[in-house]
Amino acid sequence: MNTREINWTALIIVVLLFVIVAVMGFLAAKWRRSTEVEGLHSLDEWGLGGRGFGTWITWFLLGGDLYTAYTFVAVPAAMWATGAVSGFFAVPYTIVLYPIIFIIMSRLWSVSHRHGYVTSADFVGGRYGSRWLSLAVAITGIVATMPYIALQLVGIKAVLTVLGLGSSGNVLLTDLPLILAFVVLAAYTYTSGLRAPAMIAVVKDLLIYLAVIVAVIYLPIKFGGWDTIFSAAQTKLGAVNQATGKPAGVFVPGAANYSAYWSLALGSAMALFMYPHSVTAVLASKARNTIRRNAAILPLYSLMLGFLALLGFVAIKAGTKPIDLDGSVNPQLVVPQLFLDHFPAWFAGIALAAIAIGALVPAAIMSIAAANMFTRNIYRDFIRPDVDPKTEAKVSKIVSLVVKVGALVFVIAMDQSAAINMQLLGGIWILQTFPAVVAGLYTRWFDRWALLVGWAVGIIFGTVSAYNVVNPVTKAHFGGSVAPIPGTDFSVYIAVSAFALNLVVAALLTLVMRALKVRTGEDLTRPTDYAADETDPKVVQIEKTQHFTQPGGPSPVA
Amino acid sequence: MSHADGYRPDGEAFPEESRLTRDTAIRGPARPAPYIGAGILLAAAILFPLMPQLYAFDAPRLGGMPFFYWYQLLWVPVSAILTGSAYWLVTREDRRRRAEARAGGPPQAGAASAGTGLGGDRP
Repeated sequence: MNTREINWTALIIVVLLFVIVAVMGFLAAKWRRSTEVEGLHSLDEWGLGGRGFGTWITWFLLGGDLYTAYTFVAVPAAMWATGAVSGFFAVPYTIVLYPIIFIIMSRLWSVSHRHGYVTSADFVGGRYGSRWLSLAVAITGIVATMPYIALQLVGIKAVLTVLGLGSSGNVLLTDLPLILAFVVLAAYTYTSGLRAPAMIAVVKDLLIYLAVIVAVIYLPIKFGGWDTIFSAAQTKLGAVNQATGKPAGVFVPGAANYSAYWSLALGSAMALFMYPHSVTAVLASKARNTIRRNAAILPLYSLMLGFLALLGFVAIKAGTKPIDLDGSVNPQLVVPQLFLDHFPAWFAGIALAAIAIGALVPAAIMSIAAANMFTRNIYRDFIRPDVDPKTEAKVSKIVSLVVKVGALVFVIAMDQSAAINMQLLGGIWILQTFPAVVAGLYTRWFDRWALLVGWAVGIIFGTVSAYNVVNPVTKAHFGGSVAPIPGTDFSVYIAVSAFALNLVVAALLTLVMRALKVRTGEDLTRPTDYAADETDPKVVQIEKTQHFTQPGGPSPVA
Repeated sequence: MSHADGYRPDGEAFPEESRLTRDTAIRGPARPAPYIGAGILLAAAILFPLMPQLYAFDAPRLGGMPFFYWYQLLWVPVSAILTGSAYWLVTREDRRRRAEARAGGPPQAGAASAGTGLGGDRP
């Protein structure tokens, strides 16, 4: 077994920053609370932070939410190991992301504001009058989120490993720091809800910006400029792999890789805002335009991510050796190891803390989002339709704990690659909810059952295709996320081909359903709902003044 | 907070004449030009970064960085500017439409509002 020395200076700084952040997390319960609200006794308060975050808090919250610790670890790791196609696609991905959310997310905000929707599945249920379609969206969301939380733990684990923790032979002792970190995270998420990650995100993002800016200026100077760094990368990636007879990676994509490159970027961008944690951060914002303003200022994070990706190349030049505890090469240790090797210990501590704290923010938001989906779209819709807001908040709090424990068990008990495979599948699955959610924001043309069948077909096709991708070296299944479209040699991101199939099936079946005159569900939304702003009244308020009741209000299920 | 339309956050005590309904138009009819303009800006910000055939080259390098890398990093601020311009176009038109809906007074429920309601809310 390969034991590492503990770097005490760096470790103490990481622990110190972690404690500061934990204290903030608990104090956040009292943050921005209006005087009439006693305790966080509703999903709006606990799960959406009171639905009142302005432009800047939303910027930090979404930045902390979307650019996760795993991203910081995995993107440079992919650059280091295989180069541009599997690594640098993250840059066009996060560029095209923002115009897309500019277009669709303000409508989702408006209709959710009017109807008090907390999840995207709430909206689907209200729009199509189908709790089964809503259930499909909710289950997909929850299942796709779980491995994502697990991967945040993988991010923390990478930091702890290079710090020298976890090299004990005792299994329990090895994972003790990780378990401790997660218990603290679970505790302040339970008490403070979404306010905790919102507050911590500010610290996390500032630390990350500091670490990346310093790294991008200091390290290239140290290693003789970008010129030598890129030639080192070109040499490494161009070297022929013995096992496959192909180059080890891609330096600049050739024509054969174009379709993989753009489809990975587009598919990931379309999928990201189908994840419950992204929707939660959007719905927690104060006004319709908050998310649009953010679409123009969030790209600053993409620039940071781009430079972070290039640190993978810097590590090639620096000769970083990412050796895991069992002696194997683990590319995910590349960036933490690079920081530790070439920064003074105290600054390495700050940079590593930034990555570790970077795991806490998305893990908290993801568990809250998954818990909200369970509470609204499974517990309320199928178990207790008359649930009151206070019980909803209570159920959500407990489920958020269950979700986190599940992720922890996942990472400790199972192989790391299981979490990575599941995350790969999660990305494919979550994109299959796009037709129901996004088409629903614009039109009721699609039939609810057609959408449900399209969703199922997309998921089955995507899962089978991903299983059939075999790693050429290890012969393991789930060897990647790119496969040729059946019958062609045109390789694209599997999520995108599954999505196209899903859309075609949904459209054709809609025509069939129309011809068979199958009853359509009741649509509880009105055209005006999709443009409502914070100053426009909510549906419940309108109904109160009208002194009549009509089916509607917070429950999306007729 | 402006509650110029007579709505109060507690939902009580509406002025009798406002008679807000679910179908009350909250925006006047759209002028197409700002939305077409914003659409072109956003389409450019989505399509150009997705065409690697335009930028998958090594030369010319900038400060040692291959074209492929610095071109895509350059697109980040360009895309932010395009999205920001789209924001400016769309919100200016949105403000005008909301002012128009308020000036016209909240239309009564039924036939009169159905038209404006529908026409008024498709961006």
